[in-house]
Amino acid sequence: MRILALASAALLAATVIPAAAQDKISDGKVKIGILNDQSGVYADFGGKWSFEAAKMAVEDFGGEVLGAPIEVITADHQNKPDIAANIARQWYDTEQVDSIMELTTSSVALAVQGISKEKKKIDIVTGAATTELTGEQCSPYGFHWAYDTHALAVGTGGALVEQGGDTWFFLTADYAFGYSLEEETSKFVKSKGGEVVGAVRHPLATTDYSSFLLQAQSSGAKVIGLANAGLDTSNSIKQAAEFGIVQGGQRLAALLFTLAEVHGLGLESAQGLTLTEGFYWDRDDESREFSKRFFERTNRMPNMIQAGTYSAVLQYLKAIDAAGTDETEAVAEKLHSMPVDDVFAKNGKVGPNGRMIYDMYLMEVKSPDESKEPWDYYNVLATISGDEAYIKPADSGWARGGPGRWSASSR
Amino acid sequence: MIFGIPIQALFGQLLVGLINGSFYAMLSLGLAIIFGMLRIINFAHGAQYMLGAFAGYMLLAYAGIGYWPALILAPILVGLTGIVIERLALSRLYNLDHLYGLLFTFGLALVLEGVFRYYYGVSGQAYSPPPLLAGGTNLGFMFLPNYRAWVVVASLIICLGTWLLIEKTKLGAYLRAATENPSLVQAFGVNVPLLLTLTYGIGCGLAGLAGIMAAPVYQVSPLMGSNLIIVVFAVVVVGGMGSILGAIITGYVLGLAEGLTKVFYPEASSIVIFVIMAIVLLLRPAGLFGKDA
Repeated sequence: MRILALASAALLAATVIPAAAQDKISDGKVKIGILNDQSGVYADFGGKWSFEAAKMAVEDFGGEVLGAPIEVITADHQNKPDIAANIARQWYDTEQVDSIMELTTSSVALAVQGISKEKKKIDIVTGAATTELTGEQCSPYGFHWAYDTHALAVGTGGALVEQGGDTWFFLTADYAFGYSLEEETSKFVKSKGGEVVGAVRHPLATTDYSSFLLQAQSSGAKVIGLANAGLDTSNSIKQAAEFGIVQGGQRLAALLFTLAEVHGLGLESAQGLTLTEGFYWDRDDESREFSKRFFERTNRMPNMIQAGTYSAVLQYLKAIDAAGTDETEAVAEKLHSMPVDDVFAKNGKVGPNGRMIYDMYLMEVKSPDESKEPWDYYNVLATISGDEAYIKPADSGWARGGPGRWSASSR
Repeated sequence: MIFGIPIQALFGQLLVGLINGSFYAMLSLGLAIIFGMLRIINFAHGAQYMLGAFAGYMLLAYAGIGYWPALILAPILVGLTGIVIERLALSRLYNLDHLYGLLFTFGLALVLEGVFRYYYGVSGQAYSPPPLLAGGTNLGFMFLPNYRAWVVVASLIICLGTWLLIEKTKLGAYLRAATENPSLVQAFGVNVPLLLTLTYGIGCGLAGLAGIMAAPVYQVSPLMGSNLIIVVFAVVVVGGMGSILGAIITGYVLGLAEGLTKVFYPEASSIVIFVIMAIVLLLRPAGLFGKDA
């Protein structure tokens, strides 16, 4: 009898506490969806490792917020906007997902951000590059973490022009992302007094680049800008080495290249590359401690996409905590106003367009001799301040995005 | 100058096309042999090509075995897995519709790719060319990497050798006879099932050989096969399904056609082969070298 009484008291307590949380947290729990490419060309770029990073953030936060449990789910969008859109609708409509994050591939990110805006849900993009996300197609509930094409152009493009690389030839992936990266970089190179002597567009997932590389070689440009990503960039670099392009005095600029791809390519081929990232595991004690924990779970060091996803999830949970609810408007307001200060970003701030502005790093890939331990890949050449790396929110075009726009003063 | 392209640059591009053609020829050769003899549409060919490259990488990474021994070992390993697959599964499908073989090999390719993707990720592993073939030669009109020159020469030898083996030797005669009329050939005391097993093993071995030869040129990635296999199928179809000589010649010719497209209109370079395929199928449905034409 006593046991029964105890049990019913415990049961009562168990039902009462979530009821209190339920007022503040919809459906009694916070559910975050990590949607990205887990099987295609970008599967190492973010992939299932981003999901792991998100779970780490939840654990580090304590597993619950305002007394409600936190759940992370994931799915593979196969780089197809239609598949991604279906998953996003299903998550929001039937699975009580509160927020979708990561969203590698620009076309997918734009599609899901559109749906999130329509459903009044928060999305935080770390894996996609296009500045459109915080420009013409931004959302009051949409945020862009980690990087964008403008930051890459300013970082890598600017550094090479300063070092005398004033004539450029582009090898561009033949789709929206490639064009955007080429355009942003060209603009920046020209503004610094440089010149673009030509460009060649290659289909996505081409295996052989020798023909394009020969055209780049004969153009005589000092810098060959690789406006592609993932395996395409790795193969371009590997084959450029074969054709003696770097020995011939031309420099390669891998405009979007992260630690994961450097690891795949190997230092022998990757050495000397200049690239821009927002995170490096060997930056300070804090980043080393975080990355070591990440390594124990995944057997790899995080790049800016994975560390950025950690930061995005953490900041989202902090915002819910600060708002005292997971209601979209209130959380979005906190996300816009709270500074971002964690292992990923120092003194980061979020613009009214949703862009998280923080310092980026210009890196140079070490030679095999310089590298002292596994994953010791980068020399940090320079820090690019956030205000320099990212488009000023006022110039991003978010304010003239047509109907449904929110007023700047309310945020 | 031809169409605004300096003639020297054109030579360079043609040479590059020839190099790609070498890979197409080697891969389509294996496919053509398997289809010609077994009537199996081997969709796992791309995965077996990937296996060859990974075999080379793993031999180096885990056993310290370099490029030259791997050039022999990798195709043998891939050939052996092919033999196991043929014995265990494919041999049971010969009497069924072609579709079953196609579906089985397609499924196999997905499984193999998935397993390697799980363990190695997609960005690939590095594999350097052997020191003997590192560097390149300046031909005046272009810088030719030594390794690529070796690929062209080696693939020509392999293609010619295989063709001779099948068309001019006694073993080849048995093989061809076994395809035409298996029961009659078996009545003569020839072990036909063994011949078929060997044929599939050789076809897979050729894919593995192409894979290890590709390892220093492309990233060793689980996706490398699926990026190439569709093109190779187009090559086989243009050449005429099952025609060995057709597969070889078409491989080189389409490589050249693709190379030229990359100069004049790069955006179309990934579809030019399929455009050619469509035209050929309209005019000669059995392919350029097909027997039924």
